[in-house]
Amino acid sequence: MPPDIEAIAEQVFVALADPSRRAILATLASGGPATATDLAGRLPITRQAIAKHLALLTDAGLVTAEPGERRRVRYRLRSAPMQVAQQFLAALARDWDRQLDALKDHLNRSA
Amino acid sequence: MGFPDRIERTVEVAHPPATVWAALTTAEGLSSWFGNTATIDLRPGGPARMTWSGGETAVMRVERVEEPTVFGFTWTIYGLPEDDPRRTYVEFTLEPVGAGTRLTVVESGFAQLPEDVYQKAFRGNTEGWASELGELVAYLDAA
Repeated sequence: MPPDIEAIAEQVFVALADPSRRAILATLASGGPATATDLAGRLPITRQAIAKHLALLTDAGLVTAEPGERRRVRYRLRSAPMQVAQQFLAALARDWDRQLDALKDHLNRSA
Repeated sequence: MGFPDRIERTVEVAHPPATVWAALTTAEGLSSWFGNTATIDLRPGGPARMTWSGGETAVMRVERVEEPTVFGFTWTIYGLPEDDPRRTYVEFTLEPVGAGTRLTVVESGFAQLPEDVYQKAFRGNTEGWASELGELVAYLDAA
């Protein structure tokens, strides 16, 4: 099966479009792997809602569940799909228009 | 249109290809309009590098040198780690038009996805769940 880069990027952007999921991902990125209980303590989101969002994020491959202390499941951010989304953003952020204007200015100045 | 793989721009400049070529392929030229500093070893496979005062660095590899018509290099995709194997290819084509030059730049390869990244992203996730469920079963059996 060929990798569907478009679908991977879409899942990242869909996940990031929701403020609660964005907060969960940001917390995992800044603080490292955490349990649903840890996240509920740090974010103004109910534990039930956090569990629902973590299930969605896990299905999308954006976080992965791993065994933590006292057999509690910890969630860890997966960077690979984020890097795919970043490729999409890199194309949007590459400003050749500005760069070519700078080249023209340079050529006119040195003429 | 879906995932953008390729960016293409064409501009016309009022300077001959030899002048434009020097701006694109010499350290002095590149550091005047592209980076704040630049080094370049102008041969296929040669290393090139630009830095910006903000602290960014672009590490490039020269790929095509056909003076004064084609200059190509690869560099890492912006925002990805420097050791990431994914690189985009940038190619400048210079065509004389009257006393000036028609310059085309094409950057391609944004949509590439190596197999290993795909496997890490998806098979890895499936395995994660499998081991998780296996552990749950073991836990329940022991209870």
